[in-house]
Amino acid sequence: MATTGRTYTIGGTGLPNVERFRWLLGLVVPAALVVIWHLSVTVGIFAPHQLPEPLRVVTTFYGMAVSGELWGHIAITIQRVFLGVIIGVAVGIVFGTLTGYYRLASDLFDPLFQSMKNIPSLAWVPLFLLWFGIGESAKVLLIAVGAFFPVYLNLSTGIAGVSEDLLEVAAVYDLGRIEELRRVILPAALPSLLVGIRGGVGLAWMFVVAAELIAASQGIGFLLSDGRTLSRPDIIIGSILLFAFLGNLSDLGVKEVEKRVVTQ
Amino acid sequence: MSSLNKKQGDTSSDQRPNASDEDALVVRDLTKRYGETVALDGVDLTVSDGEFVSVVGPSGCGKSTLLRVLSGLEERFDGRAAVDGEDVRDGGSDGVGMVFQEPRLLPWADVSENVAVGLPADVDADDPKAATRIDDLIETVGLSGFEDHRPGGLSGGMAQRVSLARGLAYDPAVLLLDEPFSALDQLTKYEQQDNLLDVWEARETTIVLVTHDIEEAAYLSDRVVVLGGQPGRVVETIDVDVARPREQTDDELVAVRERITDALGV
Ligand SMILES: Nc1ncnc2c1ncn2[C@@H]1O[C@H](COP(=O)(O)OP(=O)(O)OP(=O)(O)O)[C@@H](O)[C@H]1O
Ligand SMILES: [Mg+2]
Repeated sequence: MATTGRTYTIGGTGLPNVERFRWLLGLVVPAALVVIWHLSVTVGIFAPHQLPEPLRVVTTFYGMAVSGELWGHIAITIQRVFLGVIIGVAVGIVFGTLTGYYRLASDLFDPLFQSMKNIPSLAWVPLFLLWFGIGESAKVLLIAVGAFFPVYLNLSTGIAGVSEDLLEVAAVYDLGRIEELRRVILPAALPSLLVGIRGGVGLAWMFVVAAELIAASQGIGFLLSDGRTLSRPDIIIGSILLFAFLGNLSDLGVKEVEKRVVTQ
Repeated sequence: MSSLNKKQGDTSSDQRPNASDEDALVVRDLTKRYGETVALDGVDLTVSDGEFVSVVGPSGCGKSTLLRVLSGLEERFDGRAAVDGEDVRDGGSDGVGMVFQEPRLLPWADVSENVAVGLPADVDADDPKAATRIDDLIETVGLSGFEDHRPGGLSGGMAQRVSLARGLAYDPAVLLLDEPFSALDQLTKYEQQDNLLDVWEARETTIVLVTHDIEEAAYLSDRVVVLGGQPGRVVETIDVDVARPREQTDDELVAVRERITDALGV
């Protein structure tokens, strides 16, 4: 590309580049909330068995990290999300491509998928337990279901929306089905696919909670429900924060890939 | 343009449908409607093998539509349109290449990749000879040094030349060009016109060129078809019996230009 983005500094040379540190502003409100949280517990607005001090959460999880217990939970949850996303994205790509490309496939499958996409994640859990037992496959497949829909929906509409002008180019130059797909359709639909994958990864985190809350003896979701059984709000809040952290991390990862692949 | 000629030699002569005494293009009583709009109304046109025909006419008279029918992009029309005796709807358009009125480049692919889209299916894109051919074509259209630029970074005239190079890469038996030089400056336009004539002579391509430029039509063509519209009809067909190589300033060409102008009713 001939045009490269250029940053222009506004203001004189004397000022430090304020724009670069703008993101720090986003930390102000969360930090204030933590302070308020801490104060409200010490002052006694909340009972400690309902809401522990922020520091309690940190020490509890630090202790679990040192003892090694925490890593097992994190590892198994990440593994489930990862496998589920791989399967869900792969199946989503296959069906999204088929339905985006072939009118008949779309007529056959799209109404079904469209009506299934709104089934809440928890509703699937009993069925998957019944079919696949309480082992890993039930959880991974449940997460795959979650990851599938955004990928399928975005890719399918992305492919169906590829510019007619470019498809005519492919037709006139006799590219053939495969080359047309490889050189025109998939690159054109790539941004939609990446949007779908981002959504799919997000939903995978939702579904992993559903799976682990109900049927697991390990994982962050299990920690959540265990915290409730043991009346340990510090564990519950810590697990929630852990989900937030991992969810954001994976989202940043996909966003980074998106930025690199879509270079226009 | 020796660079263009040397690559082909053996392979493509047998690709070319062999129909010596058959007309390359036959259009009979062609009528094309878009809903209420009648784009073409009873158009007749015959182009013989290796002939260079230009189509001129006012905006909206159906010039692009005619090329779209011939290139097989329009499924529905009345009348007959055949290439080498085969209906364009039954695969007759396979040997037809078209340079669209708009560049229509792949925005995510660089100039080389865009030109390579035109390579015929039987050419292996990874073959070094194919790469050389692409480079030669890019040089011919005057874009050396821009091989790895994306279309977004090109001017309108540059994008149009990439599109032209893609059409030439296809090396079809019948080449349709829809105002391929419209965005070029005068000097570049002359260069590319002569380049097209070189290709036409070397490859014995049958060419139908749509243009608004009367001077261009007279200079390049064996025959000029004047469409009037709308709906688009053939108003007049003018033979350009002027020996080649021609000069833009030839007296005979000036006379032809006047006839085209008269037929257009300008
Ligand atoms: N896809 C379409 N849908 C509806 N009408 C169309 C379509 N394509 C062309 N037309 C109409 O058909 C007529 C001929 O259009 P066409 O593009 O062939 O004109 P043209 O001679 O190429 O014009 P220009 O010189 O401006 O390129 C116009 O009236 C146009 O509005
Ligand atoms: Mg046109």
